Amino acid sequence: MHQKTLVELSAGMLQGSFSSEELTRACLARISQYDGELNSFVTVVEAQALAAAKAADARIKAGNAGPLTGIPFAHKDIFCTRGVKTSCGSMMLDNFISPYDATVTEKLLEAGAVMVGKTNMDEFAMGSSNETSFYGAVKNPWDAARVPGGSSGGSAAAVAARLVPAGTGTDTGGSIRQPAALCGITGLKPTYGRVSRYGMIAFASSLDQGGTFTRTAADAAVMLGAMAGFDRRDSTSVDRPVDDYRRDLDVPLQGLKIGLPKEYFGEGLDAGVAAVIEAALTEYRKLGATIIDITLPHTHLSVPAYYVVAPAECSSNLSRFDGVRFGYRARDPKDLEDLYTRSRGEGFGDEVKRRILIGTYALSAGYYDAYYLQAQKVRRLIRDDFLQAFEQVDVIMGPTTPSVAFKLGEKADDPVSMYLSDIYTIAVNLAGLPAMSIPAGFSADLPVGLHITGNHFAEAKLLNVAHRFQQATDWHARSPQGFA
Amino acid sequence: MALDAPEIRKIAHLARLGINADDIPEYSRNLSDILAFVEQLNAVDTAGVEPLAHPLEATQRLRADEVTEADNRENFQQVAPETESGLYLVPQVIE
Repeated sequence: MHQKTLVELSAGMLQGSFSSEELTRACLARISQYDGELNSFVTVVEAQALAAAKAADARIKAGNAGPLTGIPFAHKDIFCTRGVKTSCGSMMLDNFISPYDATVTEKLLEAGAVMVGKTNMDEFAMGSSNETSFYGAVKNPWDAARVPGGSSGGSAAAVAARLVPAGTGTDTGGSIRQPAALCGITGLKPTYGRVSRYGMIAFASSLDQGGTFTRTAADAAVMLGAMAGFDRRDSTSVDRPVDDYRRDLDVPLQGLKIGLPKEYFGEGLDAGVAAVIEAALTEYRKLGATIIDITLPHTHLSVPAYYVVAPAECSSNLSRFDGVRFGYRARDPKDLEDLYTRSRGEGFGDEVKRRILIGTYALSAGYYDAYYLQAQKVRRLIRDDFLQAFEQVDVIMGPTTPSVAFKLGEKADDPVSMYLSDIYTIAVNLAGLPAMSIPAGFSADLPVGLHITGNHFAEAKLLNVAHRFQQATDWHARSPQGFA
Repeated sequence: MALDAPEIRKIAHLARLGINADDIPEYSRNLSDILAFVEQLNAVDTAGVEPLAHPLEATQRLRADEVTEADNRENFQQVAPETESGLYLVPQVIE
């Protein structure tokens, strides 16, 4: 059962081949069998999941099930879940039982999806390896000595190891697409503002966007359909109807124009990864697409712009953690200043502190213009590069990451080298565009992701382009040995 | 641009962030590396370029000034470290 996709599982339940309760029990059993090794879950909610599964079974029986009804999913521990610990991977929120649901949580539960637990992540989503989590690193199911990527590494590992058919994630600079690539699954980051940020613990508000981990693009279409939509409780939510993401999945790719930015194939790209991407492009040519060379001349500025904008917004967002209203409070504070300073000093880990410090510096008097404002101007140049490219092409392709999964500890002491592992994904967040990573092959027995970027609100096109590739190839169907 | 120990202490104070004295040299090194890395932004000519705050350039929505939320104080204060009679408690501020 665990090798079936979300779409197949939904069909199986509707046909009465098995119940959601049976499926949910099977997922819970796999979690207890394998997760000791992977560390992908922070919290497993067995009783709540079984109750939701029974409710889903009743709904299926009554004939009012939707495509997600009865489907178990893993929820990144950044989304608030009423009555369930929502830690954001931090000691700061280790005691936080959320008093309310995020909009995404609400929507998935309303659709009848069954939350089996909350997944491990880099602390406050700040990391590219899952090593900054208060709960310890997640292991890559393809090689336990390697990172699953981050920050949504728990959800990615859980889906890759076939513990659950789907998971949620958030993506501020690549936090869905990079782990999807390193774990060999399908990850989707929608257009900024497409999925509500309400109840999604904020890291960098102008970049954060919720999205999905699944095995296939068709499954992602179902998940996104349930999660997307306008929400008045999120001030940057976009008021625009949600497309039917499944409708165009099968549209032939004859005449599709794929842009290939020369900047994504230069120095720093691993040769094994490059070869896999070349082969994927050959496959797309066979499917009728045309490859067009394009240029995104400000690409090299995207990581530096990001590492001003994201820490600046993080330092502002994380000021809410002060030991007063929720979260960790230091013992025996001698005065108010001591309460703030020690609660934050003791509750946050190293990488979070580093980013708060950088962000505070970038926003401080005398430096704001030189750093934040300049980064926001460069951000416009980066976005305009993409808008110009999309006048010529339908989608842009390249590698998701410069290399396959790296070893645990390999980059932990060198922040700048860690930041560069997001070099192909970060520009998309600055520009607010939707993008996916899909399995495209292997290098040194480790998965390689193909990165596909679309124009604003072109999620249906992206899913179509990814789905046709998955109809023609079986990379997405490969599962890690030991979890088969 | 290198950040020395007094500057690190000053920034940490602005952020009300406790840091260990032993860690200051490492913060100083890491943060200086990051600043050196982002320095390349200053080489870009951005004369006449407007800063981009929202990727879709959406403006803030306004709404009528009406009460739309229910009173959730008790529910929300359940997760607070210390409260009394509906108030959040902190160490004494005024002697």
